[in-house]
Amino acid sequence: MISTRRSSPRIGRPTLLTVKPIEMIETIIFYVFAVATVVSACAVVTVKNPVHATLSLVLTFFTSAVIWMTLEAEFLAISLVLVYVGAVMVLFIFVVMMLDINVARLREGFVRYLPLGLAVAAIMLLLMLSVVTSDIFVLEAGSEPVPKPADYSNTKALGGVLYTEYVFAFEIAAVILLVAIIAAIALTMRKRTQTKYQVPSDQIKVRKADRLRIVDMPSSEEQ
Amino acid sequence: MDFLVSIWEWLHEYVQYTIYSGVKALAILLPLFIVVAYYTLAERKVIGYMQIRKGPNRVGPKGLFQPFADMFKLMFKEIIIPTNSNRYLFIIAPVITFAPAMAAWAVIPFNDTLVFSNINAGLLYILAMTSVGVYGVIIAGWASNSKYALLGAMRSAAQIVAYEIAMGFALVGVLMVGGSLNLGDIVNKQAGGIEHWFFIPLLPLFFVYLISGVAETNRAPFDVAEGESEIVAGFHVEYSGMTFAVFFLAEYANMILIAMLCALLFFGGWLSPVPGLIGDGTGWLFGKTAVFMLLFLWFRATFPRYRYDQIMRLGWKVLLPVTIFWLVVEGVAVYFKIGPWFD
Repeated sequence: MISTRRSSPRIGRPTLLTVKPIEMIETIIFYVFAVATVVSACAVVTVKNPVHATLSLVLTFFTSAVIWMTLEAEFLAISLVLVYVGAVMVLFIFVVMMLDINVARLREGFVRYLPLGLAVAAIMLLLMLSVVTSDIFVLEAGSEPVPKPADYSNTKALGGVLYTEYVFAFEIAAVILLVAIIAAIALTMRKRTQTKYQVPSDQIKVRKADRLRIVDMPSSEEQ
Repeated sequence: MDFLVSIWEWLHEYVQYTIYSGVKALAILLPLFIVVAYYTLAERKVIGYMQIRKGPNRVGPKGLFQPFADMFKLMFKEIIIPTNSNRYLFIIAPVITFAPAMAAWAVIPFNDTLVFSNINAGLLYILAMTSVGVYGVIIAGWASNSKYALLGAMRSAAQIVAYEIAMGFALVGVLMVGGSLNLGDIVNKQAGGIEHWFFIPLLPLFFVYLISGVAETNRAPFDVAEGESEIVAGFHVEYSGMTFAVFFLAEYANMILIAMLCALLFFGGWLSPVPGLIGDGTGWLFGKTAVFMLLFLWFRATFPRYRYDQIMRLGWKVLLPVTIFWLVVEGVAVYFKIGPWFD
C-alpha cells in the first residue's frame, strides 16, 4: 500500500510549483546525494585499484553526511566528516598508498570464495529484509517528524542525553577505546638497545660551552 | 530600473533564492581572491624587507601589479600531465584542496549580522572543512606517479592527523568558555573590552591553535610537505600552470582563514578593545586578521624548517599534552566560576 509521507492539508500531491523553494532544494539534495552514496558505496567493492576504493569510501561518508544534514542531525553529520573523512580515512589512505598491493593476486580466488560470499550476502539480505519490512519501519508507525525551530541546537540536545541518560555506556565506550590504544602501543613498543636514537631534551639543553671551544691562537711569530 | 525589478519579480522564488545566495557567495569570494593575490605580493615584500632587499618592484608602481603578472603567467602556461599518472585524480586534486578552503568561509561572521550562513555548529563545520583539504594533497601526491610527490603526500597526511587533534582540542577549550559552537555567539561572549577576550584565559590554547594552524596550512617552519631542500616541491612537484595556481590559492585562502579564526575565537573578532572609546566594527576584525596574516610571513622569514621527526614530536608530545592539561584547568575554572570569563 502506498502512503503519502506528508499529511498536509494541501490537496493532491505537491507539484514543482506548489512546494516552497527550500523544500524543493531539500528534495533535490536528497536524491542527488542518495544516488551518489549508493553509487560510491558500490564502487568501494567493485573498483580494482585499492586507492580508488578508499577514495570511494571517503565519498560515501561525505554523501551520507549530507543526507544526515537534511535530517537535521548536523552534529552527527559534521562529526562524520571530521572524524571519518578527516582523520580515519586519511590513515587508511596512508596505509593503502604505502602498500604495494598486487591486484592480480587479489582477484585469483574469486571463484573459490564465491559460494561463501554468496552465502554471506544472502544472510545479510535476509536480515535486512526482515528488519526493513517489520512493523517498526512502515511509514504509519512513526509520526511525521516536525522540523525543529532555527535556534534548536542539535549539539546541545545530543550532549544533554549523552552525559545524563547514557553516561554509563558512554564512559564504557571511552574506557574500551583507551584499552585499545594502550594495547596497540604495548604491542608495537619494544626496547631495541642496538638502535641509536635522539634525546630531544638533551639536544635542547645543549649550550655553546658544551660544544664549542675557542682557542686563542697567536699569529705566526715575527721573524 | 523598474524593468529590472519586474524581471526579478517574474522569476520563480527558487531562482530568486539561488541568485541571491550566489551573489552573497561572490561578495565573500571575490574580495578573498583579491586579498589572496595581494597577500602573495605582501609576502614577497615583507620577507624582502626583513632580509634587507626590496622585493618585487618592476611591474607597475612599486611592483603593485606583480600579482596580476604572476596570475597571467600561470594562466597561459601549459598544464602538463605526467605519463602513467592518474589523469582524473591528477586534475581533480587541486579542486579538492580548493573547494573546502572556499566552503569554510560560509560560516565566518564579519559582524553581528553580516554572515553568509549563521549555523549552530559553525566551529565544527570549519574544523570539518579544513580537515577535508588534506585529501587534495594526498591525492595529488599519489596521482602524480612521482616519488617526491608521494613522499610529500605521506608527510602531509601524518602531519595533518597529528596537528588536527591538537587543533580540535584547542577549539574544545574555546567551546568551554564560549558555551556555543556558533562563531557569532562566541564573539559576542567576549564583549566588554579587552579583558573579556578569550586569549587571556586560553593563552596556552591560543598558542597551540596558532602553531597547529601554521602546520595545517603547510607553511614554514612546518612546510615539510613541500620541503624544497629535501623533496623538491613535495606533493605539487608535477603540477604546472593553473593547477599549481589553484593549490596556491587554496593555501593562501586557508592562511587567511586561520588568521581570521584566531581573531574571532581569541581576540574578540569585530569587538573594540576599549568599547567606550571606539565603537565595534568589521574594521577591527580585518585589522586583527591582518596582524595574524603578518605573523605567518614573519615566521617564514625567521624560522628554519623543522626536521620531520621533530614536527611529529612537537605535535604529539608537546602540543597535545598542553591542550589536555589546560582543558582540565579550564574545567576547574568553570566549576568555580572564575570571572570575568567563566561566570
